[in-house]
Amino acid sequence: MDDLDAALLALVQNSFPVTARPFDALGEALGVEGSEIIRRLERLQKVGLVRRIGPILDLHKMGLAGVLAALKAGPEMADEAARVVNEYPEVSHNYLRPDESGYNLWFTVSAREERIEEILSEIRARTGLELLVLPTSRIFKIGVRFDII
Amino acid sequence: MMEPLDLELLKIAQEGIELTQRPYLLMAEQLGISEAEVIQRLKGLEERGVIRRFAATIGHRALGIVANAMIAWNVPPSEVERTGELFASSGDVTHCYERGTAPDWPYNLYTMVHARCKEDCLKIASQLSKASGIKEYRVLFSEKEYKKTSARI
Repeated sequence: MDDLDAALLALVQNSFPVTARPFDALGEALGVEGSEIIRRLERLQKVGLVRRIGPILDLHKMGLAGVLAALKAGPEMADEAARVVNEYPEVSHNYLRPDESGYNLWFTVSAREERIEEILSEIRARTGLELLVLPTSRIFKIGVRFDII
Repeated sequence: MMEPLDLELLKIAQEGIELTQRPYLLMAEQLGISEAEVIQRLKGLEERGVIRRFAATIGHRALGIVANAMIAWNVPPSEVERTGELFASSGDVTHCYERGTAPDWPYNLYTMVHARCKEDCLKIASQLSKASGIKEYRVLFSEKEYKKTSARI
């Protein structure tokens, strides 16, 4: 990663232009051709530094709710329970986070409220495990931005 | 309520743009509308706050930021607002949410912290505790990532 890569990443993680020729616009800001920007973003995507360029949505404004949920799966049951949880496209994140409480499989669900209820009761029934449900009531901050330079 | 065409557009856009000279033209062709209309609709959605921002998501693992912790805080209700805003203003915190609790789980405020190692995450947690005066918290490290996507519509 050279200085131009770093400058490009710093720029696009804050905002990507919504204009007819966005790569030319970025190129102009960084003093190179648009085609050079495309080449660099292709490479940065390939090595995993850029995951996706697109809209970061406010799900609440779209009528969707969110919950953080956790299962007491125990170390031996975690992989199997995670497989069940991951089947639902409404689950966006799912991590093994061991805790003294026994809740070790932590995942987030975003959907309409009725759909969330449905998914959670299915997960409860299918895994037979104890489930903790923590509905989101307020968002103070969302979205990951890192210091690149 | 959202217009069906806006919803269709968001479904396409959330898959990520193509790295070609005119990515919005590609979206326009899929929807059978003009490139100018795609751009205008995306801008409108951003103005209305449906799109928080249009940007690249960075793979933090590739940056060497490999440790992540969820810190669950037990904050008195009257202090949630002040504490949430304080945590949100910290550069070390990437996400901060207030959540409902459960009988066996009293924690109501959540912060996500990313750092280069676990020790740094713990250090950040203790700094946040000191700054806020909130002493009851748990740090949950992720030991395995089963799924990580953007929340989708």
